[in-house]
Amino acid sequence: MTLDLEPLVLTLKLAFITTVILYLLGLPTAWLLFRTRTRFKPVLEAIFALPLVLPPSVLGFYFLLMFSRNGWLGQLWEQLFGHQLAFSFDGLVLGSVIFSFPFMVHPLQAGFNAVPANLIDASYSLGKSKIETMFRVILPTMKSSLLTGGVLAFAHTVGEFGVVLMIGGSIAGETRVASIAIYDLVESLDYQTAHLYAAILFIFSFAILMTVYLVNKKLDLR
Amino acid sequence: MIRIDVTKKLMGADGPFELAVNLEIAPESLLTLYGKSGSGKTTLLRMLAGLEKPDRGKIEVNGKVWFDSRAKIDMPPQKRKVGLVFQDYALFPTMTVRENLLFAQEKKEPREVDKMLALTGLESLANRSPATLSGGQKQRVALARAILRTPDILLLDEPLSALDPNTRRRLQDEILKTHRQFGLSTLLVSHDKQEVFKLSDKVAVIEKGRIAKHGTPLEIFFKRLTSNKFSFVSTILSIRKIDAIYLAVVETGNELAEVVLCENDVASLSPGDQVLVASKAFNPIVMKLPEEH
Repeated sequence: MTLDLEPLVLTLKLAFITTVILYLLGLPTAWLLFRTRTRFKPVLEAIFALPLVLPPSVLGFYFLLMFSRNGWLGQLWEQLFGHQLAFSFDGLVLGSVIFSFPFMVHPLQAGFNAVPANLIDASYSLGKSKIETMFRVILPTMKSSLLTGGVLAFAHTVGEFGVVLMIGGSIAGETRVASIAIYDLVESLDYQTAHLYAAILFIFSFAILMTVYLVNKKLDLR
Repeated sequence: MIRIDVTKKLMGADGPFELAVNLEIAPESLLTLYGKSGSGKTTLLRMLAGLEKPDRGKIEVNGKVWFDSRAKIDMPPQKRKVGLVFQDYALFPTMTVRENLLFAQEKKEPREVDKMLALTGLESLANRSPATLSGGQKQRVALARAILRTPDILLLDEPLSALDPNTRRRLQDEILKTHRQFGLSTLLVSHDKQEVFKLSDKVAVIEKGRIAKHGTPLEIFFKRLTSNKFSFVSTILSIRKIDAIYLAVVETGNELAEVVLCENDVASLSPGDQVLVASKAFNPIVMKLPEEH
C-alpha cells in the first residue's frame, strides 16, 4: 500500500495560507477592537465570535450560497479570476479564513489588552511613532499571544471538516484535505489507510499544541 | 519657563469635577504636585506629556507652544521633549537595560548610552533583562532613559511609591542629584510629605482639581514652625483608667504614644476621635537615629 500524501500536503498548504492571511487581517481587527470606544463594540465582537458557536454546516451552507455560481461573491469571483469559487482551493481558503477568524482574533485582542498602557505611553513620549511603537514595543511584548493565535488558527484549519465538506467537496488535489480523505476512506471501508491519516493528524495536532504550551511557558518565565 | 493654564472636566469618585490649573515652573526648579489620589495630579502630568488633551487652555514650554486650544495647536507626545517616569517603571520587557536606553535616542549614539550607564552606575546591569532587576534598579534605569531624551521637562509620576523606605530614600537623593546635574525642570507627583519636603523647590497642593496652596515646602507644611510648640494631629486608639488618671493611646502618623488625660477631657473624648496633641514650652530630646540598612 502506498500512502497518498496529497491530502496531507493540501491540508498543510491550506492551513499555512489561512494563517498568513489571518495574521494580516486579525492584527488590525484585534487592534481596532481593543482601541475602539464605539457603542457597537459588543455587536462587532459578537459577529466576529459567531464562527465559534455556529455549527460548521450552517456556516458551510451560507458560504455555499455565497460562493456558488449564483451567489454574489461567486459571480464576482468568476468574473475576476475565471473560475468557480465553490469547490475550489480558493473557496476553501476564504471559508477557512472566516471560520478560523475568532481563533486568531481572540488571543490577539487579549494580548493587546495585556500590554501595559504605560509602555505605549512611554514609547510615544520617547518620540516613537505609532507604527514603530506597534512593531518594537507592543508586538514583541505580546509574543505569546501572537504564537497562540497563529497556532490555534493553523490547528483549527487543519481540523476543520464540516465547512470544507459543504463548500469544497472532495476533489483530489484541490479540496480533498486530510479530514475529508479520512471520511472518504471510511465510507469506502478502507480502514487501514484511514487509520494512517488519522494517526498522523492525531500526532501532528498533539505535537503542535505541546509546542505552544512549552514555548509559552518559556516566554512567561522571562 | 514652563507655563501651564488648562482646564478639563474629569470624572471623580464622587461625581464630575473640573481640573483648572494655572502653574509656572521656573527653569531648573523642581515643582511637586501634592494631593490625594483622584485630585487630578496625574491627569495634569499626562496633559503636559500630550497623552491627554485639555478641554481648554495653553501649555507653553521654553517659549514653544505645546498646546493652545484657541490656536488649535496640539503637539503630539512624540514631538514634546518630556522625560516620563512612571510608578511602575514602564521598562520595555523585551529589551535589555542597554536596549531600553538606546530606544530613547532619536539618533543611535551607543557611546552616549555607555556614558549614561557609567554615570548612573548601571554598567554592570547593561545586558540584564528588566524582569531580573530590583524595583530600585528598575527606577534608576527608567530615570536614565528619561534623561537620555534630553527633555525640556522631566515628569515623575509617583516614581518611588512602589519602593521600600530605604530604597526610596536613596533614590530621592539620586533624583535630586540628577535634577541638579542636568539642570532639569522637573514636575514631581507625590503624596509623601517627607519626599516632597526633601526634593521640592515649590509645592502645589491640588484639591479636587484646584490648586489649594502654592509655595515652598516650608510655607506649605510648616506654617507653625516659628511658634515653639509641638503639635500633631492624632487619633485616639483607646482610653483606660488607672487609679485616678486616664491613659490614652494616640496614633500620630505611624507612631504610637501614651498620654495622660484628666477626667474632664475624657468626658468629651472617645476612641476614634481626631485630636490635636500639643506640648508647649517643653524641652524636646533630639537624637540622631541610627542609619537603617
